Amino acid sequence: MDETLLKTPLADEHTALGARMVPFAGWYMPVQYKEGILAEHKYTREHVALFDICHMGEFTASGPGVAGALDAALARSVADQKDGVCRYNFLLNEAGGVIDDLIVYRMGSEEFFIVVNAARIAVDFETLRKRLPASVKLENLSDATAKFDLQGPDSMNVLVSLGLDPAALPKYYHWGRFKLFGLDMLISRTGYTGELGFELYFDAAHAVEVWRKLLACPGVKPAGLGARDTLRLEMGYPLYGDEMDESTTPVEAGFGALLKLDKSDRAFVGSEALRAVPPKKHLRGIVLEGRRAAHTGTPLLLDGRQVGTITSGTFAPSLGCAVAMAYLDASAEVPEDAAFDVELHRAVVKAKFAPLPFWTHGTANPKA
Amino acid sequence: MAKYYSESHEWIELDGTTAALGISQYAADSLGDITYVEIPGPGKSVAAGDVLCTVESVKAVSDVYAPVAGTVSDGNADLEADPGALNADPENTWICKLAGVKADALNGLMDAAAYAKFIETL
Repeated sequence: MDETLLKTPLADEHTALGARMVPFAGWYMPVQYKEGILAEHKYTREHVALFDICHMGEFTASGPGVAGALDAALARSVADQKDGVCRYNFLLNEAGGVIDDLIVYRMGSEEFFIVVNAARIAVDFETLRKRLPASVKLENLSDATAKFDLQGPDSMNVLVSLGLDPAALPKYYHWGRFKLFGLDMLISRTGYTGELGFELYFDAAHAVEVWRKLLACPGVKPAGLGARDTLRLEMGYPLYGDEMDESTTPVEAGFGALLKLDKSDRAFVGSEALRAVPPKKHLRGIVLEGRRAAHTGTPLLLDGRQVGTITSGTFAPSLGCAVAMAYLDASAEVPEDAAFDVELHRAVVKAKFAPLPFWTHGTANPKA
Repeated sequence: MAKYYSESHEWIELDGTTAALGISQYAADSLGDITYVEIPGPGKSVAAGDVLCTVESVKAVSDVYAPVAGTVSDGNADLEADPGALNADPENTWICKLAGVKADALNGLMDAAAYAKFIETL
């Protein structure tokens, strides 16, 4: 392996399980285990899978004025976020471009936990440090914190079988503190699969022990980043680096309604640009004819003219056809029933718009 | 019937002048879960080394090359609905058959023992 790659505490566990290891965002990560991506995908949709997500970053921000300071530093309101709630949010640059998409957990009136993408830990920390006043303590707990995602319709049953009170488990996009295997854990009902699921945060020193104990639970199987990607794509969830980067705004990525730009005059870094500059592109779901996947950067053609670009695509195991996400140029006039051409390796296939999410039977949110 | 392998990981099994063609266990394992197999249409003529078709997995796209010259006489239509059969039993799942294959075309291909040694070097 490339010696510059970072390893989670579980690298040897993955290898022992027969995982195929690949570089991802600077980390040495399992793309799949022995059963393969399709089996792991299906198992997550139908049962419960465990994902090693220790590469992602975690910060805490606390102290006097932290809520107001984060409110000004992030695109969605933090000030009105209640204790116990997780909120998907964005760290933007002055132009409204996405430095990172992240989840903010409110731990108390003056305490927050922030979960960020692995490849953005350093830039996020530096950016937040500059934006928060000296009275706010910002800590990077990424190395000391293990993050496991337990995802699938049976995930709650697993936690209950381990002694957690089902009535005390967090609701969708909420979090709580629990003792599991005698360890203090922060558990949120969040995930990246579209299924009922939990994210577990705890002391990384116990990562191997917790991994083994969870895999020893009846019905729990490991799943790799390959299945994580096909699962998130079927839900139309963006991946930082594919659907979002510093030249893309959250409005362009489809999250305009969450920002409530028209409904309030809330000011935050990037808000002026978002209010002044119209979106240059719009993220859309695309379904391709057949099973062949379109990959990042492939042009979306309409009558021979490029009207957009595929950001990520895959064969969608739960749907049996290929799906993709693509940015459509705002200046291109594209009818909703457009029949696109997508050039693949040695072939051209037809494609059309499809509503997101592609997979509509997810168990994540009972209200959705 | 003896089976012969190419360095690009296809196998052929020659019966008279017709060869069944597939991909090796090594190729299938390297690709991972196969989600699409382009099935060459009958009548397509290829020279040795030509691209015959494309096989795609969740994470990779790979061309299948003709190890010998010939004309496609049959395609395995079952793979359209069940491309995973190529993962399940690649050494016994043919993708297409090539007609008009000359016996001396096998020169330069490897038998099973030689191929097993070859993949150890990769």
